[in-house]
Amino acid sequence: MIRGANVIELENVAYSYGGGELLSDISLKLAPGSFHFLTGPSGAGKTTLMKLCYGALLPTAGHIRLFGADVRGLDRDDIAVVRRRVGVVHQDVQFLDHLSVTDNISLPLMVSGRQAETQSGDLGELMSWVGLTNRADALPPELSGGERQRAALARAVIMSPDVVLADEPTGNIDWEMSQRLLRLLIELNKMGKTVLIATHDLSLIRATKAHVQARVLRIANRRIQLAGADL
Amino acid sequence: MFNTANLSALVAGDRQADRVVPPTGFTAQLTLFAAAAMAFLAVFALALSLAAGRLADRWGDALARSATIRIVAPLDQRGAQTDAALSILQTTKGVQSARALSDAEQQALLAPWFGPDLALDTLPVPRLIEVIETAEGMDPAGLRLRLAAEVPGAVLDDHSRWREPLVQAASRLRLLGWMSIVLIAAAVAAMITLAANAALAANAQVIAVLRLVGARDDYIARAFIRRFTLRAFWGAVTGTVLGLLAVLLLPSASDAGGFLTGLGFQGIHWLWPILIPFLAGAVAFAATGAAARRTLKELA
Repeated sequence: MIRGANVIELENVAYSYGGGELLSDISLKLAPGSFHFLTGPSGAGKTTLMKLCYGALLPTAGHIRLFGADVRGLDRDDIAVVRRRVGVVHQDVQFLDHLSVTDNISLPLMVSGRQAETQSGDLGELMSWVGLTNRADALPPELSGGERQRAALARAVIMSPDVVLADEPTGNIDWEMSQRLLRLLIELNKMGKTVLIATHDLSLIRATKAHVQARVLRIANRRIQLAGADL
Repeated sequence: MFNTANLSALVAGDRQADRVVPPTGFTAQLTLFAAAAMAFLAVFALALSLAAGRLADRWGDALARSATIRIVAPLDQRGAQTDAALSILQTTKGVQSARALSDAEQQALLAPWFGPDLALDTLPVPRLIEVIETAEGMDPAGLRLRLAAEVPGAVLDDHSRWREPLVQAASRLRLLGWMSIVLIAAAVAAMITLAANAALAANAQVIAVLRLVGARDDYIARAFIRRFTLRAFWGAVTGTVLGLLAVLLLPSASDAGGFLTGLGFQGIHWLWPILIPFLAGAVAFAATGAAARRTLKELA
C-alpha cells in the first residue's frame, strides 16, 4: 500500500436497488490507520455502504477506489484479492458449520494458498488474543454470540489486512462482551489498521473516545451527514 | 477461471480445499449410482458395437470373395453343363478356385428341409458350384455373359443381393452401439450437471463465506469439480467391472453360435472398457466445470 494514499475512497457514489435509491452522492475517504464510525438509523444504508467498501456491491453511479483501483475495472478474481486486504465482520456472521473454529479462522489462509501458516504459532496467538483457545475444536453452532463475533474478528484479521470493516459487531452480544470486542478493534487500529465500524450504538462510540481519535459519519436521507465531525 | 491447466492440481488434490465444501450424502450417492449404471450400460453398448463391427467385417470380407453357380438343367445334361461351367471358370480372371459340390454336400445342405435320406437323383435339384475369388475379385457381369452363351442352365449368384443388406444391417448396428455410448455420455453429463447445480445451490452460503474471505472462483469451483469428477470416475469403475463380469458370464462364441453368442469382447477389445471410467470422469469434469462457472457468475 502506498503510504498516505487512501485505502478506500468513495466519490459521489449512489446505489439503487429495486427502483429506489438507497444511497446518494456519498463521498468518503478512509486514510491508512484511521478509525471511523458509521452511524444512522436502521435501514439508513449502513450495511449497503459497508458492502460497497469491500466490493460486494457495485455503485450505480460514482466511483469507488479500493487501494487505488476503481472497482469497475476489477473482475471477480481481482475483487477476491482485494478482500484478502479487507477484514470483514458482520452482525450475522457466517461460518462453515462443518469446520472447527480453528479451521474457520484460518479459512482466509487456506483459500489464498497459505495453508502452511495454519500450523504456525501465530494462529495460536491469535486464538489466545480473541480468547478462544479453549474453543479451538468446537463447531460454530456450539459458540455463544460473543464467541462467534470474536471468532469472526480473528478470521477477519488473520491475513493481517489493511482495513477492518465491522458491521454492527456488537449487535447480538452483551455490553461486557461488546467492550471486549471494541478493545480488540482499538488494538488493531493502534497496530496501524484502518477501522470502520457501522453501529447505531452511541455508547460504543463514547466508550471509544477515551482510547482513540475517531471520526463519526452519519447516514441519513441517503446521504452522509456530519461527515468529518470528530468524536 | 478453471481450465485444463488445473487438471494436475485436480488429480493431486488439495485436502483442505476439499474440506471447505460440506459432504452431501444424497448427491454423492446419486452420482455414484448413476455413473455406475451408465458405465454398466456403456460396457454392453461397446460390446454390441464391437461385435457388430466384427460381424460386418466377416460378412463383408468372407462373403464378398465367394459366389455360387447353379446348374439348372435336365438330369442328362447337368453333368456336361457343370463341366462346361467349371471349364469357363478355370479361364476366368479373378477366380481363385471353383468346384462342384458333391452329392453328399448338397444332401447336407438340404437335410434341414427334406431330411437326411433325400435321394437327389429323383429330384430336379440343381448342381451347385462354389466359386472362390482372388483378392482382386472377378467381373460378375462378364462371367454371366459367358455362361449365358455357353452354359444355358447356369445361374451366377455373387451373393451381393443378400450380402449387402446384411453388411448394412451390421454396420447400422455398430453405429447404433456407438450412438448409445454417446447418448450415455450425454446422460451422464446431464445427470452430473443436475447434481452439481443442486450441490452448488445448497451451498450458496458456503460460497458466500468463501468469497467473503477472498476465495477466487477457481478455488471454489475446484472443490466441487474434484468431488464430482472422482465420484463419477469411481462409480464408473464399479459399473465397468460389473459390466465386464456380466459379459464374461455370457455364453462363449463358437462357430455354430449366432450373433448373440458372439456378443462380447475378443482379444485387444477387452482393453476398450478401461476407457469408460476415464470418459465418465472427463464428462463429469466438463459438466461440473460448466455448472460451477454458471452458478458462480449468477451468485456474484
